[in-house]
Amino acid sequence: MSGRRPVALVHSRTLVLPAADVDTDQIIPARFLKGTVREGLGRGLFADWRYEPSGGPRTSFPLNRPEAEGAQILVAGPNFGCGSSREHAVWALVDAGFRAVVSTRLADIFKRNALQNGLVPVEIDAHAHASLAEAEGVEARVDVAALTLSWPGGLAAFALPPFARRCLLEGRDELDILLSYEDAIAAHERGASLEA
Amino acid sequence: MSPAPRTLFQKVWDAHVVRAAAADTPAVLYIDLHLLHEVTSPQAFAVLRERGLRVRRPDRTLATMDHAIPTTPRPRGPFVPSDPEAAAQVAQLEANAHAAGITLYGLGHERQGIVHVIAPELGLTQPGRTIVCGDSHTSTHGALGALAFGIGTSEVAQVLATQCLLQETPRTLAVEVEGRLGPGVTAKDLSLALIARLGADGATGHVIEYRGAAVRSLSVEERMTVCNMSIEAGARAGMVAPDDTTFAYLQGRPHAPQGDAWARAVRSWRALSTDEGAGFDRLVAFDATALEPMITYGTNPAMAVPVCGHVPDDVSGPTERALAYMGLSPGQALLGHPVDVVFIGSCTNSRLSDLRLAASVMRGRKVAPWIRALVVPGSQQVKREAEAEGLDRTFREAGAEWREAGCSMCIAMNGDRLERGQYAVSTSNRNFEGRQGPGGRTFLASPLTAAATAVCGHIADPRELVA
Repeated sequence: MSGRRPVALVHSRTLVLPAADVDTDQIIPARFLKGTVREGLGRGLFADWRYEPSGGPRTSFPLNRPEAEGAQILVAGPNFGCGSSREHAVWALVDAGFRAVVSTRLADIFKRNALQNGLVPVEIDAHAHASLAEAEGVEARVDVAALTLSWPGGLAAFALPPFARRCLLEGRDELDILLSYEDAIAAHERGASLEA
Repeated sequence: MSPAPRTLFQKVWDAHVVRAAAADTPAVLYIDLHLLHEVTSPQAFAVLRERGLRVRRPDRTLATMDHAIPTTPRPRGPFVPSDPEAAAQVAQLEANAHAAGITLYGLGHERQGIVHVIAPELGLTQPGRTIVCGDSHTSTHGALGALAFGIGTSEVAQVLATQCLLQETPRTLAVEVEGRLGPGVTAKDLSLALIARLGADGATGHVIEYRGAAVRSLSVEERMTVCNMSIEAGARAGMVAPDDTTFAYLQGRPHAPQGDAWARAVRSWRALSTDEGAGFDRLVAFDATALEPMITYGTNPAMAVPVCGHVPDDVSGPTERALAYMGLSPGQALLGHPVDVVFIGSCTNSRLSDLRLAASVMRGRKVAPWIRALVVPGSQQVKREAEAEGLDRTFREAGAEWREAGCSMCIAMNGDRLERGQYAVSTSNRNFEGRQGPGGRTFLASPLTAAATAVCGHIADPRELVA
């Protein structure tokens, strides 16, 4: 099967996790990386922050509060997703129901991984980010076509490369696009082998 | 008209563009070498199976096992990890590599090791190549003038199927390092100081070119340490222009060009250096002369200070949280801080030169009785070379454990990990919360500082022992 479900709008309550530099080891610790499938990784999401060492839920952690139920927009701090390239971090967020991650700046590989899985990376300016974070749990709306994030009393624009935006809106998959370039790839290989 | 001056990065990039960027499509970049390991590849092979696709270039793909495998001493030859999940990952990689005709240096193979250690030592990492791996420390290979970066598993599938990636053009950052490293100061210290200066996201979106006299005077293995840590400042990749040091390192390695092809290759590699007058998007200058051995105090690699220094006084939100996790106070001295474990290894610092540094400190000394010290060579080849020099004996006689090759306690998904609350001085690359085991607390430092800490029994300045 190829292609993904198109993502045009994400409309939900926000969940705010304001810490800066949250690395992918926090999003999903390495011990959850020993599987061989993409599904079911939500159980490892923020595992060491979400659960006590004894295994019980840490009630103070935002994801464990009743109002987190159904939240699809994660409002994260700056440099969210730094560190390891593990796509498991994005798979875990998506498995837990998230469809958009808002930050002032997302780490490069995390952002690439998010786009491959239809998780909308939303980078907004620090001022807008601060007011959105303050309005914790507000109903917000990510509009991929308009490249805007809005909530009662607030509106912020965000940027996406035109290609990334189109892939989200059309549910296009980069692998399909690359496969369509077969002739150019083969030509490059012939040229490269002539040089060598 | 002479061509416009270009940077090292631009030259490598341009030579690999299969399809130029258009208004609504990024460039298609050809990948010369794709490295695989057991943890981030199974789901990529599954994508190919779901879609009925074949691995396009098994000859440009190399697999090994490093992340999830145990590094406890084991019998020679085939071996199955006792952890059933790790065993399943290992078995998957074996089956996937076999079915696709991909060379696999698996458990028990004489060339097995950490993916970023084995590719350079085999001569597969060459100047001007594009190299990717489902691992963020792929930036290591830039030390030889390759453009090398980490990718996610969806991209692993794309490279397996098409040998290409769609890539938005990164920005470039020149890091100019003048001066020379003083005695007892290593490439790891330089790296930690640079990351502290740039910040944990200071190089996001950029490819770094490390330049200047201090970089030129580093060995290739030292350059690998510096390029390895580029991702810890958020960089996409780190690169060093190839020079005589690079060529001397490469010549004679199993996959390096031989005979006439070698001379031709060196000529083309020399042309890769950044042209006079080529522009970078940003420039950062740094003087290595006054640099001291560095150590981290917090929970990302940018939180670093000289080992003889203090935890900062003026703590804000993130630092406050980090200090609470680390059990440290603002303004506290780091020298003399108690330590439970010393870990010498990882793709940052597990090469022969790293082990020689650690051994130079441990020789004739004893690891403090309350410290567990692990020395984990980066590859089977490093292990053999170290044993031929008697380094293993030095470590064992000092009371350290001498292990098999792998990622070990850097990632703590293979049986080697800290217990909750323990402190480690580690030569690895990440001091993130729980990185070396849930509740474990990591100080990152050089092999010299780690070894000095092991024999002193607490955080120590190596300059007092190597003088």
